[in-house]
Amino acid sequence: MTDPVLRLSGITKRFGSLVANDNISLELGAGEVLALLGENGAGKSTLVSILFGHYTADAGHISVNGQPLQPGDPRAALAAGVGMVHQHFTLADNLSVLDNVMMGSEPLWQPFTRQRAARDKLLSVAQQFGLTVDPKALVGSLSVGERQRVEILKALYRGARILILDEPTAVLTPQESEALFAVLGQMVAQGLSIIFISHKLGEVLRVSHRVAVLRGGKLVAQAAAAGTTQAQLAQWMVGHAIAEPVRQPTAHVGSIVVCALQSVSTGSGRERLAQVSLALHAGEIVAIAGVSGNGQLALAELLCGTRQAQQGRVTYLGQPWPRQPALLVAQGVARIPEDRHAVGVVGDLPLWENAVSERLRTPAFSRWGWVRRQQARAYAQRVMQAFDVRGGGATSPARSLSGGNMQKLILGRALTQPEPDAAHSAARLIVAHQPTWGLDIGAVAYVQSQLIAARDAGAAVLLISDDLDEVMTLGDRIAVMHAGELTAALPAQDWSRESIGLAMAGVTASVSVAVTQEPAHAA
Amino acid sequence: MRLEKRNQSSAFALALAPVGAVGFTLLIASLLVLWAGAPVGQTYALLVKGGFGSVFALSETLTRAIPLMLTGLAAAVAFRARLFNIGAEGQLYVGAMAAVLVGGLHGGTGFDWPVPVLFVLMMAAAALAGALLLLGPALMKARLGVDEVVTTLLLNFIVLLLVSWMLDGPMKDPTAMGWPQSVVLNPELELSKLIEQTRVHTGLLWGCALAVLLWLMMKYTVLGFDIRAIGANARAAAFAGVPVTRTVVLVAMLSGGLAGLAGAIEVAGRTSYLTLDMSPGYGYSGIVIAMLAGLHPLGVVLGSVFVAGVLVGADSMSRAIGVPTYIADVIVAASLISVLVATLLTQYRVRWQA
Repeated sequence: MTDPVLRLSGITKRFGSLVANDNISLELGAGEVLALLGENGAGKSTLVSILFGHYTADAGHISVNGQPLQPGDPRAALAAGVGMVHQHFTLADNLSVLDNVMMGSEPLWQPFTRQRAARDKLLSVAQQFGLTVDPKALVGSLSVGERQRVEILKALYRGARILILDEPTAVLTPQESEALFAVLGQMVAQGLSIIFISHKLGEVLRVSHRVAVLRGGKLVAQAAAAGTTQAQLAQWMVGHAIAEPVRQPTAHVGSIVVCALQSVSTGSGRERLAQVSLALHAGEIVAIAGVSGNGQLALAELLCGTRQAQQGRVTYLGQPWPRQPALLVAQGVARIPEDRHAVGVVGDLPLWENAVSERLRTPAFSRWGWVRRQQARAYAQRVMQAFDVRGGGATSPARSLSGGNMQKLILGRALTQPEPDAAHSAARLIVAHQPTWGLDIGAVAYVQSQLIAARDAGAAVLLISDDLDEVMTLGDRIAVMHAGELTAALPAQDWSRESIGLAMAGVTASVSVAVTQEPAHAA
Repeated sequence: MRLEKRNQSSAFALALAPVGAVGFTLLIASLLVLWAGAPVGQTYALLVKGGFGSVFALSETLTRAIPLMLTGLAAAVAFRARLFNIGAEGQLYVGAMAAVLVGGLHGGTGFDWPVPVLFVLMMAAAALAGALLLLGPALMKARLGVDEVVTTLLLNFIVLLLVSWMLDGPMKDPTAMGWPQSVVLNPELELSKLIEQTRVHTGLLWGCALAVLLWLMMKYTVLGFDIRAIGANARAAAFAGVPVTRTVVLVAMLSGGLAGLAGAIEVAGRTSYLTLDMSPGYGYSGIVIAMLAGLHPLGVVLGSVFVAGVLVGADSMSRAIGVPTYIADVIVAASLISVLVATLLTQYRVRWQA
């Protein structure tokens, strides 16, 4: 490697007793794509935040093109040519693309902005890297992929030569990801350097030249992408060999329709369902793929009892849908919400109260309005033991749990019966919305195996996920959601990555009319 | 400078927080005392003596603590569910008005029922009046998302004007020689004195009993869980099956009812008639007390005695040494801020560099 454009030496950052970055040294060459890989909490975000000036390192220093970079100053980072594209976009929806790109780079004390010059510069930058956008378009009207292009353009417009992309493909369809990779290729060809943060092993190996793996705040491995395998990367990430998730198709789909949606519509705006029909059978996992924000939340909330259908019919075991969370839980619906912190648990309340919260209104845990604390605590202990919830006692607040343990608690309470001698699970229907989002690999495997076990025990599982690998590994049937519409749920082998990607982009949505096993009722 | 969340609050810090808060409050107030040209030590000694130093002082403090206790409980239970009821002052007045309507107009309206029945009716009417006054804002919050801080606060002024009109009209005492005060409560309905020859009445027992009941409810019942869950995270509570709207309405009835009772007990225990200056802002002080107590019902009992003691003690100290009684307001306000900051510091640590 010739002279590196970026050199991090001995970066250390502590938060209290936690060492988020422990003596990390990295180099980035011109025209190089470096993938930064690691699980949640491994220290990736801290490291790039230090690089971009959001944090100041406790020790170590950074140099760009041989010049030391002033720590703790995002403007210095920008001036040195370091640009960042955040996972959650920092764009103003009500402004045009041009305004968004100019924002922050124009001096405050000038009577008029230099629109024309700015537009010419934007268009030339866009052309240089093959990023087509309409400068006049309102950002609010753009698709997610287009917004990301605007974010990248914003960084390039400011003269970034080193671009940090934080989980850039998390919100993209496979086709949009391909387009992004093509753009990255053009940038690299013109000598730009890229730091690519991801936890998707496949794409990391595809787009990067070199991979650096963080674990527990330490840099545990660096390797050329060529000649490294996914299994090797995964082992570096978690510290031990892990089994590849293997597809385990269902052995026996029951004939019972556990839950059926018939032309259900609800919600408005982006979070809506439009004439959605779907039948879930005992003993199968139906996976819903799609870019998040296309109505998945509305579907999950509908089946969790926190949203009602405005049109159409929902049935459960042939009966009208019970509609209320407490009734659903009592009748065997296990629910895993997308956002465990904001919806799954009440963080300030103790673990044991969170464990029984869904079933508190049943005779098992309350009588005459008084909580049966002894039974409730015993139940919580049972859940925590059976599902290996660690990191806090029954009386510590739920927010002290790590994401994985919190998810185990939510899964455990949903699948554990109140009676101590009852079978492990009596769940008839499991609604799992992004159940493995943000979990470490061990917890992901645990949650997925529990879903498979519940299916094999005869439950119908609805898995809503924007992780295509998860959808394709777990789904017995797969349906794709786009703009509130759901395609027919076809057997997994009838789908390919490409066909799912096209459906995610809405290309086939008009072609596939939803099919159900039951006659459709007029709303 | 920024705040960083602590992983664990140490027991030492938790114990030190209130001590530090009190110390800081006294320091702030000392500066003002010095400014007023009085000796600090003597001022504080007189204040403590005036609030707690004799049977008479203590009895006055406890008398003052009774309405504060009830409005404090009203605020504590509502705030726990994130229903920010700023209207306890108005609810207190409608409660007092309802009590006089039931228990004072007995001659005129022809109620000739046994005293125990009338007494229960009087208290129930007061609680109901307070509860109904808060029902509107609670429903508007639950159904339409109308900010209850604004509605409950503004209702206070409407209620005061209503009381003013009633005192000059239908409820006016014809024997009061033109003073705007209501007819007198039936003497048999008045609360008996707790200690002879003082003003402390059995309302103190009511307040303490209600505090214990509320504490038991919060800790041991499903409703208590619902209230705490909604206050901590309403979305997660709804997901777990807590009936959010119903609980918020129940909390409103409870909170308004307690504030209404404060009015009735004040009339039946101390004034025996209703005037426009019956409450020197008990409804608002209740909010301060609830915050001082960390919204804990038993803490409200202690907090109300503390605030009442400061107010009563400051009156007596002011007569003796000439420091204005406003020092009491400063002490109460500064103690609230200190406690809030101290609590914050048990959960966060301050980092001075980025």
